[in-house]
Amino acid sequence: MTDAHRAIEAIWRIESARLIAGLARVVGDIGTAEDLAQDALVAALEQWPADGVPERPGAWLMGTAKHRAIDLIRRRKLLERKHEEIGRDFERAQEGLGLDPAIDEEVGDDLLGLIFMACHPVLAKAARVALTLRVLGGLTTEEIARAFLVPVPAIAQRIVRAKRTLAEAHVRFEVPSGAERIARLASVLEVIYLIFNEGYSATAGDDWVRPALCEEALRLGRILAELAPTEPEVHGLVALMEIQASRLSARVGPSGEPVLLLDQERARWDRLLIRRGLAALERAERLEGALGPYTLQAAIAACHARALTAAETDWPRIVALYDAVAQLAPSPVVELNRAVAVGMAFGPAAGLDLVDALVAEPSLKSYHLLPAVRGDLLRKLGRSEEARAEFERAASLTDNVRERELLQRRAAECAAERMAG
Amino acid sequence: MRVLIIAKEGGQSETATPPTPEAMAEYQKFNDELVKAGVVLEAGRLHPSSEGKRVRFDGKKRTVIDGPFTESKELVAGYWLWQVRSIDEALEWLKRAPYDGGTFEVREVLEYEGM
Repeated sequence: MTDAHRAIEAIWRIESARLIAGLARVVGDIGTAEDLAQDALVAALEQWPADGVPERPGAWLMGTAKHRAIDLIRRRKLLERKHEEIGRDFERAQEGLGLDPAIDEEVGDDLLGLIFMACHPVLAKAARVALTLRVLGGLTTEEIARAFLVPVPAIAQRIVRAKRTLAEAHVRFEVPSGAERIARLASVLEVIYLIFNEGYSATAGDDWVRPALCEEALRLGRILAELAPTEPEVHGLVALMEIQASRLSARVGPSGEPVLLLDQERARWDRLLIRRGLAALERAERLEGALGPYTLQAAIAACHARALTAAETDWPRIVALYDAVAQLAPSPVVELNRAVAVGMAFGPAAGLDLVDALVAEPSLKSYHLLPAVRGDLLRKLGRSEEARAEFERAASLTDNVRERELLQRRAAECAAERMAG
Repeated sequence: MRVLIIAKEGGQSETATPPTPEAMAEYQKFNDELVKAGVVLEAGRLHPSSEGKRVRFDGKKRTVIDGPFTESKELVAGYWLWQVRSIDEALEWLKRAPYDGGTFEVREVLEYEGM
């Protein structure tokens, strides 16, 4: 690749989301907006290597795409034979696109509109994730496919279908307000956290973490926090991701094996991300209203981050925070996490009582962490044989190779303890 | 990846005269843009080197040297820590910075190393 091409690629990464957002506001749909933006990119690839990169490349791309958008709208109107509307529409397009794309607030609103559109609940989760990475992250189809270990044509299909679904459902380009905003924002946060988790705890394959996805999710979260600074849950999610990401290097051992939270070498936690996470948590807590689920989870993560050693962890506070999570968004998985905290705060027997109550829970039937937690508590109570069986069951339930190895190792340790005892 | 941007602004960072309000506003605008793009992790400006110290290591011997330091072109006036996807992305951002002098160094931070 030449220097110019590398520069263009980098500029595309920086500008593409803003570009697509500005265009989507005018043409109304993501598919057309992306096509127009791509056309502008092609024009740049043709001209910049010879003429040099313009001083304001973002404005150049927007200007080029804008002209094409105006042409397009004019053609569309001709097709619709509504000649009398052309003039008016044309004016509106010029107004909408061009006057000053550099006005920050407007660009911000456009980006927010694009985020809300790409994360619209009418789309399946996987479609929202792929579309968001594509139009907001500026990732190519190949990059998304690689990140999710999915064949390229499958991701391409997913994105095409997502755009079609949005068009067919007549999803409008807008920043929703009121009650709708709350529901739509929840969908946005869910998508960002899904991307983060896919990176943080790879659900399949032999990689325990794929940091690139974590970084992408963090970037989207940080952008959103500046676009919607008064939304406490946005800061809560950012705090949660920053603090979890601070442990990325500590949660993998020398040969790539997972290291669980309490066994991690805390000196390897990234202090910068912890500091950023705690600051984001403070921002969330300072805003009005009861703490939402992301902020509560961030507060739990912060308890670990603040403890210099695992023994210093404030487990009773973590139990209290899980109580609050359970009230807000009760789920068997939350109950399981609460049981772990109770086990640490008030002894393994208390924790085991809670876990035993979950054994019959149908939604946890094939959830590997249930037997893993149960095994851990049984082991602490000296019931090694039962613990071994639980770890083996957990190992058989996970698709992640690294995690399976860890669980099998635990099972072997229990067997050894039994022999020794 | 993380990159450290080391601002070597030349001798002007050593003078006591603060930047003009216009220059500050320009800088602030640029920094805001970076923050809004999710690029900035950390930023800081340094006091003049006249207030700085150096510690020279020579075997077991340590020698403390008082500022100011003379190699004015190499003097660091400030730094940014950025999260970007490539060095090229960092370069494209940096080119937009509102400076009319100095040399800015872009260095990738080694990732996932223990402290």
